[in-house]
Amino acid sequence: MGEPLIELKDIYKIYQMGSEEVRANDGISLMINRGEFVAIVGKSGSGKSTLMNIIGALDVPTSGSYRLGGEDVAQMSDDQLADIRNRMIGFIFQQYNLLPKSNLLENVELPLLYAKVPKEERKERAMRQLGRVGLAEKWRNLPKQLSGGQQQRVSIARALAGDPSLILADEPTGALDSRTSREVLNFLKELHSEGNTIVMITHDNSIAVEAKRVVRIMDGKINFDGDVENYAAII
Amino acid sequence: MQQSFKLAIKSIWGNKMRSFLTMLGIIIGVSAVIILVSVVSGYLSYMTESFASLGVDQITLNIINLPSRNVSVDEMYEFYDENTDLFGSMTPTISIRGVAKNGNDSLDSTSITGVSEDYQEIKDWELEYGRGLQYIDMSARHKVCVIGIYVANELYGGAEKACGETIKINGTAFTIVGVIEQQNKEELSEGGTDDFVWIPYTCATKLARNAYVNNYIITVNDLDKVSECKTALKNFLYEKMKNEDLYTVEATSDMLDEINSLVTTASVGLGGIAGISLLVAGVGVMNIMLVSVTERTREIGIRKALGARRSVILQQFVIEAAVTSSIGGVIGIAIGCGVIFLINRFNTTFQSTPTFSAIAVSFAVSVGIGLLFGYMPASRASKLNPIDALRSE
Repeated sequence: MGEPLIELKDIYKIYQMGSEEVRANDGISLMINRGEFVAIVGKSGSGKSTLMNIIGALDVPTSGSYRLGGEDVAQMSDDQLADIRNRMIGFIFQQYNLLPKSNLLENVELPLLYAKVPKEERKERAMRQLGRVGLAEKWRNLPKQLSGGQQQRVSIARALAGDPSLILADEPTGALDSRTSREVLNFLKELHSEGNTIVMITHDNSIAVEAKRVVRIMDGKINFDGDVENYAAII
Repeated sequence: MQQSFKLAIKSIWGNKMRSFLTMLGIIIGVSAVIILVSVVSGYLSYMTESFASLGVDQITLNIINLPSRNVSVDEMYEFYDENTDLFGSMTPTISIRGVAKNGNDSLDSTSITGVSEDYQEIKDWELEYGRGLQYIDMSARHKVCVIGIYVANELYGGAEKACGETIKINGTAFTIVGVIEQQNKEELSEGGTDDFVWIPYTCATKLARNAYVNNYIITVNDLDKVSECKTALKNFLYEKMKNEDLYTVEATSDMLDEINSLVTTASVGLGGIAGISLLVAGVGVMNIMLVSVTERTREIGIRKALGARRSVILQQFVIEAAVTSSIGGVIGIAIGCGVIFLINRFNTTFQSTPTFSAIAVSFAVSVGIGLLFGYMPASRASKLNPIDALRSE
């Protein structure tokens, strides 16, 4: 605890839209320590997705520095970014993003495959994660044979398979009903209590307040950063 | 790598119809190449064989003898005797129009030729009965002859019965001393291969009422020296005739070379056309791979987000294209060989065998096409931005 995992400093992401300049991220500085559970909240168009792409090493900022676990990500090449994502980040997407033609085990194995984990160990670790989300006995199934909540659990298992330093959840409950949303949120809380670092992106304040710390983005800038209690007070 | 092959097979199997249609171009191209090349090479070796039986070591002379400029048989033999290192045997050939008669039975399509004692050896034909023509028959102008089995059967009722009998050629009687065994194994017919009479050329010049001999057949000792022999003959004839238009010197091997080069040109041309169909098939592979990349943009996005490097994505799609086209290649080879098998059953004239090189080359080309035309779509896939790719539906 206390050791910084994410260090963002003066992050700018500027898109050229015709002759107009769009500042999706307009000078964002943010520090997240290991073991934190942070919600990044903002309306659509606020720049929170751009921020999530940068934190997730899917994109690099126009300017500014980003250190993830001590490594300078801002200047990395495509392949280096791929390696960083593979080693350090577990993604949970709104649309689950499972491979439709692969069974659950193959889906969960995917990050381990790219990390060149040997076959036996790969299978063993993937099965362990599937077991953890309660879907071990369905490992042969295809994603479409599962309910939305179950699919999201598979994608959580996939995110955990590579033992990432950071779990990055992008609107993890966006496609789920309230009961399964609760399940997923409880699961994230459980992961947090085990010491995992979780960053959750959402537009929904009622989801954001499940985290310990809230960062609100508006017009590409941070306009709130603090404990969830303080955040709850202002909404 | 192994994973990429698995994925490729899975993806091909998952879109059976589409994969088959993609392969169809390759299948047609590869089988066309194999069929064409094999049939043409089968035909070529058939042609070569039948020419070899005609005698590839022969040079034919055709001379237009004029009263003022001419070459006599003695001069030809003098030349021949001086050049026995180059030439094996020689015979004048004098064709005589005429009728062969035994009593009241007559044959009017029989080819009657005046030849030397070497002729039988040049033809490489065996005797059925009796003896062949000899040197003494030439020098002493013996009225003897060697006949084909057809003549013996028709006029005398068999080879043994014919020997010792006389045959009248345009009124002159010749004693039959030998019969050549049957040459055309399939049929004996009037005017066919076995319907002939050979007489000494010295007698033939008289019968033909022509003092000059216009045609000769000479064999060469060494097939590699055919052109040297031709040059020697041409020089000799030019010295005598002083005019290149008055004689021709033709080697059978020239004709064979000509036919060979004709067939080779044809096979290269046909192979080229088949090759174009392979190229078109390659464009088909590229097209389908582009569709496949577009369709799987999201999948590519997921893979990249989870840490797949560019090279991994590139490899996955290139291997998929290569596997698709090599499966097509294997099917094409099987179909090509099957068709050749069928052709051989119905075509008894000559046999075509699928050549190893045709199979190897067309398989290599189909794999190569997969790699080449798969590369562009694969490289496009590998460069997709994961964010955009994930957003696509």
